[in-house]
Formats: sequence, C-alpha cells, structure tokens
Amino acid sequence: MALTTPASTGGRAARSITDGLTKRGSDLRGKLIEGVLVTALAATLLILFVLIVDLVQRSWPVWTDRGGDFLSSGLNSASAASAGVWSGIKGTITLGLIVCVIAFPLGIACAVYLEEYAGRTRFARLTRINVRNLAGVPSIVYGLLGLGIFVNTLGIGRNVLAAGLALSALVLPIVVITASEALRAVPVAIREGALGVGATQWETVRSHVLPAAAPGILTGTVLSLARAAGEAAPILLVGAATGLLRTGDQGFLDQLGGAFTAMPVVIFSYARQTGEQFREITAAASLVLLVLVLAMNTFAIWLRNRYDRKW
Amino acid sequence: MAVTTAPVHPASAILRLNSRRRQADTTARVVFLAAALTTFIVTLLIIGTLAFDAWDFVSKLADAPDGLGALTELGWFPRRGLFDIGTLLVGTLVVTLIAMCVAVPLGVGTAVYLSEYARPRLRRVIKPIIEILAGIPSVVLGYFAIAFINPNLVVKIFSGADRAFTLLAAGLAVGILTVPIVASVTEDALRAVPLALREASYGLGAKRSQTTFRVVFPAGVSGIIAALILGISRAIGETMVVAIAAGAVGGALFHVTPLEPGQTMTAAMAALGFGSDQVAGNNLAFQSLYFIGALLFVMTLGLNVIGDRLVHRLREVY
Amino acid sequence: MSSVSDTSAAPVEIAVAENAGQAQANGPNVFETRDLAVFYDDFRAVREVNLDIRQHEITAFIGPSGCGKSTVLRCFDRMNDLIDGARVEGTVSYHGVDLYGPDVDAVEVRRRIGMVFQKPNPFPKSIYDNLAFGPRLNGIKKKAQLDEIVEQSLHRAALWDEVKSRLKASAMGLSGGQQQRLCIARCIAVKPEVILMDEPCSALDPIATSRIEELMQEIKTDYTIIIVTHNMQQAARVSDRTAFFTTEVNPESDRRTGRLVEYNPTSKIFSNPDDERTEQYVTGRFG
Repeated sequence: MALTTPASTGGRAARSITDGLTKRGSDLRGKLIEGVLVTALAATLLILFVLIVDLVQRSWPVWTDRGGDFLSSGLNSASAASAGVWSGIKGTITLGLIVCVIAFPLGIACAVYLEEYAGRTRFARLTRINVRNLAGVPSIVYGLLGLGIFVNTLGIGRNVLAAGLALSALVLPIVVITASEALRAVPVAIREGALGVGATQWETVRSHVLPAAAPGILTGTVLSLARAAGEAAPILLVGAATGLLRTGDQGFLDQLGGAFTAMPVVIFSYARQTGEQFREITAAASLVLLVLVLAMNTFAIWLRNRYDRKW
Repeated sequence: MAVTTAPVHPASAILRLNSRRRQADTTARVVFLAAALTTFIVTLLIIGTLAFDAWDFVSKLADAPDGLGALTELGWFPRRGLFDIGTLLVGTLVVTLIAMCVAVPLGVGTAVYLSEYARPRLRRVIKPIIEILAGIPSVVLGYFAIAFINPNLVVKIFSGADRAFTLLAAGLAVGILTVPIVASVTEDALRAVPLALREASYGLGAKRSQTTFRVVFPAGVSGIIAALILGISRAIGETMVVAIAAGAVGGALFHVTPLEPGQTMTAAMAALGFGSDQVAGNNLAFQSLYFIGALLFVMTLGLNVIGDRLVHRLREVY
Repeated sequence: MSSVSDTSAAPVEIAVAENAGQAQANGPNVFETRDLAVFYDDFRAVREVNLDIRQHEITAFIGPSGCGKSTVLRCFDRMNDLIDGARVEGTVSYHGVDLYGPDVDAVEVRRRIGMVFQKPNPFPKSIYDNLAFGPRLNGIKKKAQLDEIVEQSLHRAALWDEVKSRLKASAMGLSGGQQQRLCIARCIAVKPEVILMDEPCSALDPIATSRIEELMQEIKTDYTIIIVTHNMQQAARVSDRTAFFTTEVNPESDRRTGRLVEYNPTSKIFSNPDDERTEQYVTGRFG
C-alpha cells in the first residue's frame, strides 16, 4: 500500500508548508542588532590599530635619525635632541628586580598558605577578601603608601628602593590571586598521593604541588611584572626624576641615592614638553615601553597556552 | 626462672616523625602564615597613613584663618589655601561619565558579540587582542590623548575646544583604558548563564537576538552591573591619563564644560605629589594630598566591594 | 553547515518500507528521513537512518547509550545547528519539504517543532513569563490573549490547578516534575505540530514520570510526539511505534557509530522483533 505525503497530493498544500518554513520576513531588526555589535568590536580593534600606527609614524624620525643613540641617552626634558630613554630603561630594570625579589616570594607564599594550609577557615576568607580589595585600589594610593611609609616613616628616602617597595605592594595582590588560581588547578589527587606515602605537608608542597603549579604561577608573575613596568603614579609620588638626569650621574647604584626614574615616568616627562620634536620623542619612548610590556604579556599568554595541562 | 622479653618499643617511638622533618614542616607553615599576614599589614599601612595624614590636614585646616570653609569655597588652588573638593569631584565626575560613554557601548557590545555571536575561531583570535588593549600603560594613552585625540577629534568636531587640553580628550582616553575590564567582566557574566537556557529559548523558535536580549541578558544582569561598577571604579582611579591630558596646572576653577582643561582628584594628587603644586615638607598644601587620597580610597573601595559582591552572587546562582 | 545530497521539493509517491509490518495508515507522514547521517567534524556519529514518522502517533527511540538517538532527534528541529562542527547528510523532510534546504529558516522550523529537554530548563522568570515567552516572540502582545494562552497551555499540561494562584511566582520554585510539565506547557504555548522529547523523565521520580506519561497519551490527539528514552518499559507503555538504534564499531576510527536497526509498531518490537539485535536488547541480554 502506498502512503502519500501532503506534498505529493497537490501543489497548494505543499506550497503553503514550504512558504511557512521559508518565510523569513527579512529579519531586519536582528541584522541591525548584529551590525551594532560588530561595530562595537570593530571600533575597539580600530582604536588599538590607530594608536599603534600613530606611535610608529610619529616616532619614525627618531629611529631613523638617532636610532641607538636614543636608547642610550639619559633623561633630558630640556633638549629634545639629546633626550633618550636610558635612564628609564635602567630604572625599570631595577624596579623589576626589586619587585621580583620582594613581591613574588611574598605573594606566592601567601597563596600557598591560602590554598594549602588555611583552606576554608575564616582567616582564609578574610585574607582573600582583603587581597581582592587591595587589587582594586587605585595605583596612586600605593604612591601615597610609598611616600608616607617607605619614604618618610621608615626613612628610606626618595630613592629607587622606596619606589620598588611601593610597586611591590601594588603588585602583591595580583601575584596572590594568580598564584592561588594556579595552585587550585592542581588536582587533589596529587596531594593525596604524596601525603599517602607519608610526606609532610611541606614536602608535598615543595616536591609535588609547586612544580605542578609552576607554569601557572610563572604566567601570573610575568603578567604582574608587565603591570608594574607600566605604572607611573606610585613612582612619581615617591620621587622619580622628571626633569634631567645626566648620563653621568646614574650608575645603577646611584639610583639608591635618589637620582632615579623609570620608563613610564620618562614618557610622562616628555609628554609634558611642548613642541613637535618632543612629541616624536614621546612617541618613541612610548613605543619602547609598549614593546616591552606587550612582549611580556605575549610571553605570559604563550606560557599559559603551552603548559595548560588537562589533568 | 627469669623470663627475658625483647625490649618493647613504645608506639610513639615508631610513629614519631624524624624531628628534622617535623621542624622543617612547622617552619614552613610559620613562614607561609607570615606571608599571608603581610597582606593585612599592607592594608593597615595604607589605611593608617591615609587616615593619619588626612586627619592632620583637616585639623590643621580648621586652625587656619578660613577654617573649614576653605573646603567649600569654589576653586582648587592649594598653594593659595583654597581646597575646594567640589571642583575636583566635578572634574572626576565629568571624566568618568565621558569614559563610561565610551567603555560601556564598546565593552558590553564586544562582550555580547564574542559570547553570543562569534564563532570559536574568531573568538580565539580576538580575545588576545583585547588582552593587549588591557596591557597598554596609562601614560601611553595619556600621550595619545593630547597628541592624537585632542587635535584630530575634539578640536575638529568642537571648534570652541581648548587647543591643548580638554577634559573630553582625557575622558575618551580613560574610556579606552576601561573597555577591557568592562568587556571581560561582562563576558564572564554572559558565559555563566547555562547553555540549557539558550537551548530552551531556541527550541521555542527564538531568533539569536531574541535569545540574547530576552533570556541571556536578564539572567546575567547582576554580572553586567558589576562590570559597570568596576569600570566606574577604574575610571575614577585613573591618574596618568588625566595628569597628562586634562591640563590644569597650578589650580583649577570650578566648571563643568568638558571642552576646557580641568582637574580631577587623581590629577590633583599627582600635581601635589611631584609637580607644579609640589611643596615639599609638612605644610598644608602638601598634606591635602592625603586628604584627597583618603576620599579616593573610600570611594573606590566602596564601589569594588559592591561590584565583587554582585559577581559572587552571579556565580552562586549558577 | 548542512550538506544535502538531494532536494525533495518535487512531489513523490512514497512506497512503504518492507518491514513496516501491519502498519495502519494512521495518517500522512510528518517526517521522512532518507539515509540520514550526522557528523561532528569528521566523525560520523550516526549513519543511514531511514524513518517515517506518522502523524498523531507517539514514536519512541530506544537503544544503548551512544547510539545516536538524541542526535537523530535533534535533527528534526535543527538543534544540531547550534553545535559547532555538526553536519547533516541525507535528507529530513517535513511534510515533503527538506528541512535542511537552503531557503528554510531554522527559527520557523523550531516554532513548528518543539522540544522538551532531559533536564527541565525553565527560565529564571515567573511562571507566567515562561509561558508567555514564546507567544511574545511571535508578536502577541495583548494581555487578554496572553492570559488565555497561558491558561490553556497550563490546562493541557495538567499543571493549571497547581499553579493558578501563583502565576507570578518564580518558576525556579517548582518541583522537578512541575518544572518539566511547565516546560511542556511552554512548548505547547507556541502551538507546534510536533513535540520532540529528549529523555524527559530521566531526571524525575517515578510518580512525576507516570504523570508525564499520562500527559503524553492525552495530548497525542493534537500533536505528533517523538520520545527518546533509555527506559524500555516506558517505550512499551507509551509509544505506538518504536525505533531501535545500536552502536557499531566504526572501521574508520576507534569510536562507535550509531545506526538504526529496526523500526516497527511497538507491539511487534517487544514481542516479535524482526532483528536479532533488537530481541537481545529488549530481552535484556545486552545494552
């Protein structure tokens, strides 16, 4: 016995069903909405693009005329022809080292305590809330901390060490948060395995948990370093030089005496000078810092992708 | 008859841990605890120095000839003893408002597109680019504001604008800075809405725009509000962009138009801390720095606490 | 995303498949599939499905896990479109029209072919708004109309008496069984022709399950229902026709591919199936 479908019995029934399924009423509204959203995305990307193009374009004369000399000249906000970024590079490196030595061990240790020892206690909850709040404090407040406590109360003076401490305080919460996430991602089974054969908690952390979480922790520290490299406000308040630093009076150790600056502050100084030449210098210095920061961020992301193990 | 038995070891002797290992374990624990405590020390130091110096400022001001009236007389001229907080607050408000006008459409729009419309491949390419935007140091954006935004956009569109410095240009740059945080918190909020809700909506014959705005958005709304609040907090606390691009040096009149130079709380702090208003030492002008700092701290802390609470609530629901 | 091997816009006379047994011509076919296969990227998850779904019948898909019964079900309302990399080959026709044809709008398809999911998924809105959501999408705005639709749908889903006094309360406050009946009511509110049910009772307790089975029998006169279930007794209780799927080792990869083994009236499947594999499954020897 043959069965027939409505479509087979006649044109009219078939057509109305086909029509119903294809009636799209040209979804104008939907397309419009999607268009608006795409525009938002495109605008965001466009801004980034324009920024980079402007930097490259405007700084071009500096690279072609002075090239390496620009990188090795000191801070000089009086004469554009002799202005360079060497003081800034030195300062940023020194500050980076201080942050590495102070903020990273402290932050990672704090994270270890939160994840491995304190767990769900009230103390842990309070600490986490505290760290989250600290992460949201504006960077200039850390400058006030630096000025009020490190420079004045502790008497360290307005030098690179005080600035490094202020930056360390700023970066500490970020290190704690990223390290915590990395530690949390290590499965419980690994800890149980070590403890099960009689290791103490410290031995478990040292030999099993930390190595397993190392890539994630490293990613977090590189990101924090990139953040610290871009901060100007705290260092400014502590006393970074904005006018003139002759190449002569800045050995690395002289920075402890007070004559120090950093890349973001260098950019800030040059940005405040008038004249087209200084605009070019500013753009060139910005490009140097941008390349540095982006390189660190990209490295961190690459690290995260490479070592993102699926347990 | 003597019975000799083999010497019996007490159980504790067998089960007691080698004291060296035990010591190391305890030491480690103490060290880690100390590290955790330092975070509280940082907080206490911040609150302490802000409160102490701000109080010092206010009490010294009360003793001065004009008394606390100096806080409300219009105009911010610290070297002349005029400390009108209102001028600074208005400046901060104007910049923040302009910033959010940029950050919200771009940030939320980008997040919605990436979360609900974009193919995974596109998302994998775009997300790192947004992260790049997040990494741009604020000084660079300050430069961008005076070198590019003001001359090419602001002055061209509004012929009455100041040639060099406008709050508008500064606000736009702060907005660009704020886009990444608005986008990322919004995207997290949208992603947290379970797939089952979208399936239910599509299953009933909804179009993508209907599902996105009638189902996903309402379900994730507390997260989106959190994104706005955290964005505002970020914009309020931004210093370097306004220090470079807002322009006011030496003082600022009270005004509201964004087409002129102006002063925000953070820029005033920067000026006091090092620059044109810098007066070293313990005098009143310098200490107003801590007073503003305290205000700023309280404002941003309040906003962040609310924002974090909302994000937490969203995570609990789903 | 769908690749079609032939279009079926031309009217055709369909010959009955040989193993249809004593099928009564209960009405026209709502769906016909020809050599339907579903791929996820390069992996063929289901192959060679040939089925005719009759109007106003309840058809059950049974089989061991991984045999593709849910995947096939989701072809009927194009829900697989939502999965990246999912691809359909062969044809699925709905009243003779190819569902995956280039001109067909998936949104319109889903209006006519509704779905109830395994885990109840009410919107975090009020009961009223859950039910009104679908009609509002289609442009119905008048309160009186919406009220009527809400009440009718709730009656039909046997939920009216339990919720009529709290229509504005959140749907999330209902029990699991009530939520699932709400989802059925929500589905009914857009007046579909077909209701697809993907293991609708597996997250519910036995009492709630039997209420939903009763409900299915009641509404069968107005709708065509396809239900995927891993519960054989349920299939035997509820359905008119049953399709048995199984998995086969795939020579191309390590993973197993699903396929349709037998499709017959339910009474035959459970008493005297044509295929030995079907018999082994329904008598519990495997799967």
